[in-house]
Amino acid sequence: MLEAILILAGLAIIFGLLLGFAEIRFKVEGDPVVDRIDAILPQTQCGQCTYPGCRPYAEAIVKGEADINQCPPGGEVVIQHLADLLDVEPKPLNADNGEEKEQKTVVIIDEQICIGCTLCIQACPVDAILGAAKQMHTVISDECTGCDLCIPPCPVDCIYIVPLEPELTAWKWPLPAGEQA
Amino acid sequence: MNEYALILISTILVNNFVLVKFLGLCPFLGVSRKLETATGMALATTFVLTLASICSYLANEYLLNPFGLEYLRTITFILIIAAVVQLTEMIVHKTSPLLYQVLGIFLPLITTNCAVLGVALLNVQTGHGFIESALYGFGAALGFSLVLILFAAMRERIMVADVPEPFKGPSIALVTAGLMSLAFMGFAGLVKG
Amino acid sequence: MTNAVGRFHGGLHLEDHKACSMQSAIVAAPLPEQLIIPLLQHIGAPLEPLVKPGDHVFKGQLIADSDANLSAPVHAPSSGTISAIEERSIPHPSGRAEKCIVIETDGKDEWPGDRQTYKNYQSLSADQLRTIIRQAGIVGLGGAGFPSHIKLNPGQHQINTLILNGAECEPYISCDAMLMQERPRDIINGLKIIRQTVNARQCLIGIEDNKPAAIAALSNCLNDDEKQYIKIITVPTLYPSGGEKQLIKLLTNLEVPSRQHPVDVGVVCHNVGTAIAVADAVIEGIPLISRTMTITGGAVNKPANIQSLLGTPMRHLLTACGLDDHKLQRLIMGGPMMGFEISSMDTPVIKTTNCLLAMDKQETGEPQTALPCIRCGECAVVCPAQLLPQQLYWWAKARDFDKTQEYNLFDCIECGCCSYVCPSHIPLVHYYRFAKTAILEEERDRIKSDRARDRHDFRLLRLERKKQEDEERKRKKKELLKKVNDDKSDSKKSEIEAALERVKAKKQATRETEQSRDS
Repeated sequence: MLEAILILAGLAIIFGLLLGFAEIRFKVEGDPVVDRIDAILPQTQCGQCTYPGCRPYAEAIVKGEADINQCPPGGEVVIQHLADLLDVEPKPLNADNGEEKEQKTVVIIDEQICIGCTLCIQACPVDAILGAAKQMHTVISDECTGCDLCIPPCPVDCIYIVPLEPELTAWKWPLPAGEQA
Repeated sequence: MNEYALILISTILVNNFVLVKFLGLCPFLGVSRKLETATGMALATTFVLTLASICSYLANEYLLNPFGLEYLRTITFILIIAAVVQLTEMIVHKTSPLLYQVLGIFLPLITTNCAVLGVALLNVQTGHGFIESALYGFGAALGFSLVLILFAAMRERIMVADVPEPFKGPSIALVTAGLMSLAFMGFAGLVKG
Repeated sequence: MTNAVGRFHGGLHLEDHKACSMQSAIVAAPLPEQLIIPLLQHIGAPLEPLVKPGDHVFKGQLIADSDANLSAPVHAPSSGTISAIEERSIPHPSGRAEKCIVIETDGKDEWPGDRQTYKNYQSLSADQLRTIIRQAGIVGLGGAGFPSHIKLNPGQHQINTLILNGAECEPYISCDAMLMQERPRDIINGLKIIRQTVNARQCLIGIEDNKPAAIAALSNCLNDDEKQYIKIITVPTLYPSGGEKQLIKLLTNLEVPSRQHPVDVGVVCHNVGTAIAVADAVIEGIPLISRTMTITGGAVNKPANIQSLLGTPMRHLLTACGLDDHKLQRLIMGGPMMGFEISSMDTPVIKTTNCLLAMDKQETGEPQTALPCIRCGECAVVCPAQLLPQQLYWWAKARDFDKTQEYNLFDCIECGCCSYVCPSHIPLVHYYRFAKTAILEEERDRIKSDRARDRHDFRLLRLERKKQEDEERKRKKKELLKKVNDDKSDSKKSEIEAALERVKAKKQATRETEQSRDS
């Protein structure tokens, strides 16, 4: 009887010590999976996923608080990539978070109406609007992600959404006949 | 020398733990959707099986038998397996956090993989020595890995193939597993005796 | 009798259909009324126009150029007036309209006086030759349109072999064959100039064995000196022996590795038409303003090879060859395997137009619907790039683009052999083209999103920094204010103390005087 207890207890203690030591030796810093998810997200920083930016959304996915189908700018492509990365089933985009746009868009400021209030500059998550107080504001279209966060703050409604026409070199072959999108 | 080769061939092909003995089916079906995940799982299980097999043999030989504590065998083996799996988990988390994330619950579930406990108990039952136990565990792991990787590769291709609607998903996977099992039965008689 | 050194995997034996367009010599097309010059006729950056509407231009005058190295300028193919710079339909699979320079010809077709020629080109350096070639707007005339001066710059690589591609493996197309028959000396001159530019050791000209007249013409034209380093090699007629990597394998038995270029194995390959353009540019001072192309197909009554000015509307050329509108089912630019459909006959011909194929109903055949893949594997048997078309099809169909790249999607030359043999009539090349452009778009998106992430992170950093600076400033101000207050209160305190002292002293003094008075 005694030997049984001793042996089992002894084994348990040895393993406990071993595992404790291993825990320290194999400590993991940071969270690389969040980086991998963030690398897939489109970086529009629009907040449609209900998180304040793409990185917080990535962190929420890892924590299990968010699902993979909450990103409208990423659309199906991003959902598929996330599903592949995390080895889960892909699912359709959650309609509560918004719709995927038919075509990529950017915004443009009408200089005639702009009053130089800088509210849009403060709203832009990627600093794509150039300007200062009482100075002309303009959008750097190459850097604009199409998040549309600058539209609500503008007091004079001088910002318009325009579709982004793909260049000839960026033209894509269409799907072969009989294939659904 | 011959016996060692026989043990290996037997555990990898003839008496394959997954397709002939039908042990360890849980990770076999659960982790085989992508080839990279399956490979990671195969490596983890190989590590666990070999180490657990050796440790179980040693515990049984030097701790349980001398003191007549055969009745503690199962619980001791489970203790050993759980510790080894926990160690493996930590190593995987450190070396490949993505694999750790992707394997998810299946990594700690190696503890309950009947193949691991099965190997440990079968070693005792067949009265293997130290090297035989180690080889038995290693061979079982190789067989498991072989089948897991083959199955994952096939599942990847089946997923993009024209499968009829009622069969899509787990159904066709199980049918495939059954056909693989049939194929492996062809190895019976490869090893005389 | 072929003397090819190697062979390539797969390939198809296709019916020629070349004889009908080779019955007459190359003729020049009549001058059209309007010339439409697109600003992007090459692989690379689009050009900026150097003229504006209303300008008069001479034949061969430079009308658009770009600062980017990966580009080739365009010249006015004939004299006339610039009538507009506007969007016109261009020969592109998308059928889009892009910016073009439109010239109304004045019928005089006149050059601006003397042209700059370099008849003694042997004295020129390689860089100088490349500059002349770029200035002449020369691009690969075999179909891809890669600016030739870049291909002629091997950089660090040592070029062993210069290959001229006279294979012309695609059915119906015969312009290269006719050029080899009629202008062999120009080809050899061009070859020598190119050889000088890349400093190649030996030169090989690869010609399919269904062109005996071309082989004879070139062989007879070589003098003894040239025979020392120029060899004419006959290759078996097999599609696509004219593919760059396939031809290199045939002529040198060297395999160009996956995703690499011929220059990495010490080979440079040019089309015979490009060689002629180079000779014209250097020796005669003529920029690339015209090219020979085959006009053929069941819907033209007089198929022939025409030397046409660039920018000529296709309708003009087709009419010159007797187009029967009622018979025309489909108009293809290029050959039946790799060409694409042109929707409007007002589209102009450009530098890369090697053939106009006006197909009648018999040639188009019945439209086939794709049946399910039966996994027969015929596609893999014929693939000249040794790929697995069936696997590429399944992965492309499932939109698994990572897997398509694992199976070397970008090594596909889109020759069409796999689609041709597929018993289920699956349009395999469509899938690969779709996958390739989808991958390129994903790559572009990824670069853009990386930039957006950097900007967002910097913005957060900037806001954090601003907050910290503000707080720092506030803290410093508070300290300063406190210090000033302390100083003030200190001085106030000492004043008060001094005043108290004075009062005390006065009181003391008053008491002493009273005391002394009393006593």
